[in-house]
Amino acid sequence: MTDAASPPDTLKSRPILMSVLDKFAAGDHVALARIITAVEDRRNGYQDLLARLYARSGRAWRVGITGPPGAGKSTLVFRLAELLAAQAKKLGIIAVDPTSPFTGGALLGDRIRMQDLSNNPNIFIRSMATRGSTGGLAEATRDATMVLDAFGMDVILIETVGVGQVELDIARACDTVVVVFVPESGDAIQAMKAGLMEIADIYCLNKADREGAERLVVELQSVLGLRKKTTPWEHPVISTQALNNKGIPELWASVAAHREFCQNQATFDHRREQRIADDLQTIIKNKIDRRVQAALRDSESYRNKIAEIAAGTTNPYAAAVELLGEIAGSLAD
Amino acid sequence: MEKIRVLLAKPGLDGHDRGIKVIAAALRDAGMEVIYTGLRQTPEQVVNAAIQEDVRFVGMSILSGAHMTLFPAVAKLLKEKGADKNVHLFGGGIIPDQDVGKLTAAGVGKVFTPGASTEDIVKYIRETAATMTDEPLV
Ligand SMILES: Nc1nc2c(ncn2[C@@H]2O[C@H](COP(=O)(O)OP(=O)(O)OP(=O)(O)O)[C@@H](O)[C@H]2O)c(=O)[nH]1
Ligand SMILES: [Mg+2]
Repeated sequence: MTDAASPPDTLKSRPILMSVLDKFAAGDHVALARIITAVEDRRNGYQDLLARLYARSGRAWRVGITGPPGAGKSTLVFRLAELLAAQAKKLGIIAVDPTSPFTGGALLGDRIRMQDLSNNPNIFIRSMATRGSTGGLAEATRDATMVLDAFGMDVILIETVGVGQVELDIARACDTVVVVFVPESGDAIQAMKAGLMEIADIYCLNKADREGAERLVVELQSVLGLRKKTTPWEHPVISTQALNNKGIPELWASVAAHREFCQNQATFDHRREQRIADDLQTIIKNKIDRRVQAALRDSESYRNKIAEIAAGTTNPYAAAVELLGEIAGSLAD
Repeated sequence: MEKIRVLLAKPGLDGHDRGIKVIAAALRDAGMEVIYTGLRQTPEQVVNAAIQEDVRFVGMSILSGAHMTLFPAVAKLLKEKGADKNVHLFGGGIIPDQDVGKLTAAGVGKVFTPGASTEDIVKYIRETAATMTDEPLV
């Protein structure tokens, strides 16, 4: 295990890492991409790498764009990116698509809508597959986001399909969450029920060129009006036509307003601390989890306990307490 | 967990992407992560996407007859940007036999002729990936 942060003097013995970190600091996309891969694959020592980059992070504003399949999320991301690029902003984009649970493969097609951004040196786009990991994706995405932040991005746009729990977790970890829906989403109450609506800071009705758009906006606003208020933030409903490049400045203005709101809130520092606490807990839990797995893998009494439980001579509750006592020592080092 | 990541592109002016979509689906079904970048890309767009996605394979389908300019252009750019050592370039489309050797000489790892099956492509990628040693970062 290369869990513990290595002392800096070992750095010189790792010339490849040194040169990649140097290139990363100099703004090289090849180095940035390789570091994201190491982090995404959870390669040995990735935490060491994150630990080195962390001090550079903390500037970027993270915007989650989520919503049903085909709602126009990638097209919106493309338009927002064009707008921000024109303001000379540095921009990271992460587009998450599902891994097939049957084959482990994934088709990542969000770049199709973002082709024209590929040559912009201020924009870096990365597609990520969910890889069916239990809760790990949210963590890997957040780590990749931190790497982009450390690289010097002003804004990071994260596209996820608003279906599974994991995707919701990713969105929830963003500073501003935009939930995209379309006239075809049906009635707003239905959409509310999908669990998607509660996480929104901003609602974006895309494909506003289509039949039924205005009615849905009105309906949504009235549903929002009835909702119990938990924050002084007034959730805006923005109509856009990503395809026709309409409503994009308004959408970005509402993101900027949300950012301002957050930063002026007395609760902002509290939220920040809450997020740091969440991150810290996740990192600790994952470390412990890996150590538990490793300790049990080598444990004879673990295998014995399983046999005893199967034979009915003990129960899992008592066995767990005993095993925990036995491996406790190896969890702390 | 290391996944084989493949970028598929359809550079040039012809607008037929049925073939490459079939390949994309086959590679996905073989457990790979396929980044499909769409039609009518320039070599520069293909290479920048390959770099950002940190893929080990770039596959291009070219039906327009422009293979003798597009493939070498991509190979050259990969090299210029310092990404050629990690990336295998392969391709297919309507490519006459006499051009295959020239393309390999220009840095294309493998050229599939129209008769090739998706199984052939999967096999090629798997076998090549097995021989690639990635320098560990950390
Ligand atoms: N009519 C109309 N079509 C749009 C609009 N915005 C996007 N589309 C189209 O909707 C389709 C899906 O767009 P994407 O941007 O790929 O949607 P997405 O939400 O990223 O899709 P997934 O990533 O597959 O979930 C494309 O054909 C777009 O051209 C719009 O404002 N109006
Ligand atoms: Mg998309």
